[in-house]
Amino acid sequence: MILFKLAYRNLVGAGLRTWLNVIVLSFSFVVIIWTQGLYDGMYDQALHAKTDWEIGGGEFWHKNYDPYDPLSLEKSYGSLAKSLQELVQAGKATPILITQATMYPDGRMVPVLLKGIDPNQNILQIPGAALKDSAVCCNLPALIGERMAKSSHLQKGDFVTLRWQDVYGAFDAADAKIVQLMRTPVPTIDNRQIWVPLDSLRKMLQAPGQATIVVLAPGVEAPSNLSDWEFKSPDYLLSDVREIVQTKSVSSAIFYFFLVVLALLAIFDTQVLSIFRRRKEIGTLMALGMTRSEVIRLFTIEGAFHGILALIAAAIYGTPILIYFQKNGLPLPSYMDSYGIALGQKLIPTYGVGLVLGTVLIILIAVTVVSFLPTRRISRLKPTDALRGKWS
Amino acid sequence: MSDSTVIEVQNLVKNYPMGGGFFTALKHVNLSLLHGEFAGLVGPSGSGKTTLLNIVGTLDSPSEGEAVVLDQRVSDLSQKEAARLRRRKIGFIFQTYNLFPVYTAFENVEFPLLLLKLSQSEREKKVWQALEWVGLVDKAKSRPAQLSGGEAQRVAIARAMVKQPEIVLADEPTANLDAENSYNILKTMAALNESLKTTFLFATHDEKVIKFLRRKIYLFDGKVARDDVTTPVANEGESK
Repeated sequence: MILFKLAYRNLVGAGLRTWLNVIVLSFSFVVIIWTQGLYDGMYDQALHAKTDWEIGGGEFWHKNYDPYDPLSLEKSYGSLAKSLQELVQAGKATPILITQATMYPDGRMVPVLLKGIDPNQNILQIPGAALKDSAVCCNLPALIGERMAKSSHLQKGDFVTLRWQDVYGAFDAADAKIVQLMRTPVPTIDNRQIWVPLDSLRKMLQAPGQATIVVLAPGVEAPSNLSDWEFKSPDYLLSDVREIVQTKSVSSAIFYFFLVVLALLAIFDTQVLSIFRRRKEIGTLMALGMTRSEVIRLFTIEGAFHGILALIAAAIYGTPILIYFQKNGLPLPSYMDSYGIALGQKLIPTYGVGLVLGTVLIILIAVTVVSFLPTRRISRLKPTDALRGKWS
Repeated sequence: MSDSTVIEVQNLVKNYPMGGGFFTALKHVNLSLLHGEFAGLVGPSGSGKTTLLNIVGTLDSPSEGEAVVLDQRVSDLSQKEAARLRRRKIGFIFQTYNLFPVYTAFENVEFPLLLLKLSQSEREKKVWQALEWVGLVDKAKSRPAQLSGGEAQRVAIARAMVKQPEIVLADEPTANLDAENSYNILKTMAALNESLKTTFLFATHDEKVIKFLRRKIYLFDGKVARDDVTTPVANEGESK
């Protein structure tokens, strides 16, 4: 306790030198928690958005379905298994039919994915109601996302020609009317995709009662042993998001690793300088009855106190900053879609207890180690030499 | 060693490595100091005063011979035991005061009591008393940089005396002070020696200090050349 008291006195008495180190270190605390909070928030946000808009409580894929092979889409739908049909009828699952098509906006030829969804489903947030209301207005109502509208220069009310191949390989075409533009944070249900009523698409493909995937509602238990259908769990479907966030997180970790190293270097430097400058003081401490190990502990605690003061400083000025971003989020420019994950208009950071405590613990341990290393020299210092300002 | 002997030095030799060989700073020194003495090691630079003071203060150990301080053989003490002895029973006063620059006068004086783990009330009582001994109660909140040389050395005396040690070792305590401040400092120490019966051992070549000493141990070239017990001139005439 006495050493803590003395260390605190020494540190506060050292004035500006102490505060400069404390400010740099506190900056590390805030930046690390803020940055890592952004990545955690990014993951949470993407997870919720993907769950709400795309994957629900998991998906059953037709055995031939390969999302990375559009040429196989014509062969990757089939009739629903009985247990899946029951789930769909109970409103616990919704089928989606997917095929490859070509769109001709303003005479250009654009390959797209044509997706049929039940306008009455409420498992996903895709606004199917617009397709239901518009069913009477035109032959083929279509729903597209804002990204798709922007890239293809389509607006609500526009007609666009679509061409597709039915189940027998025959090509057919129709004009679809864009009845709604949807704003979704999930680019993978937006870019190059056109959503139409499921029944309409089934008729177009001559594939009654068939689907490519079946999305389960969250919390619904997936039936097992379905011969033509494979269950893909939310964990599997989110693995891409997790990997992207981890990659981004690693690159940011490198940044804040250097930030912490800079702060630690400053403390190491201060400790080395402090021990060199305070040789006489070390000698006096020994003459007054402190043992070498007590002097070493005193100097180590002094260094470690930088971390504690930095923590206090970070809490004082960092907490309002972190809370501000948690309340208001960080507005994201449109090019952030290129990140490849569902981020939406703004990013809300998440500061978990683990993140805050982990950061605090790692920095405090690192500061203590860095503070201790230069003090080992004191153990070789003779009191008589120290009193004369010499090194032994 | 009699009951009242606080320092006993026999056949003490101290060698320092130098180049390929050794430099002998103390050559078979014999010395005995009784409780309550006000004595000084007197001699020119390089005569071995500080070396002897350091050994007696358990900051250094002898190369040969024996030094017994407060019934403890210095060469037998571990680093921790030596520190413990200094902490409880030995006070130091240095030529350059060696106050802690970031502490106030009060905190500097309080420091040895913190090491002794006294309670706050006890510490406060003793610190104010020590500051009163040296006449610096009004400077309690000043930092060393705000004190004059004389005041700083008085704080150092208070720091050495606050735990009421058995022995105070003072190495050239007046070397950085003018005549008036030196006189005041020495008068303070002599008064404390009188009232508290603390043994004082100085290392000095300053005539102002020598005048105050009741016993002068002259060192020359690492040997005791003369050992005089006299009535201090300063006490007789109370002159500066």
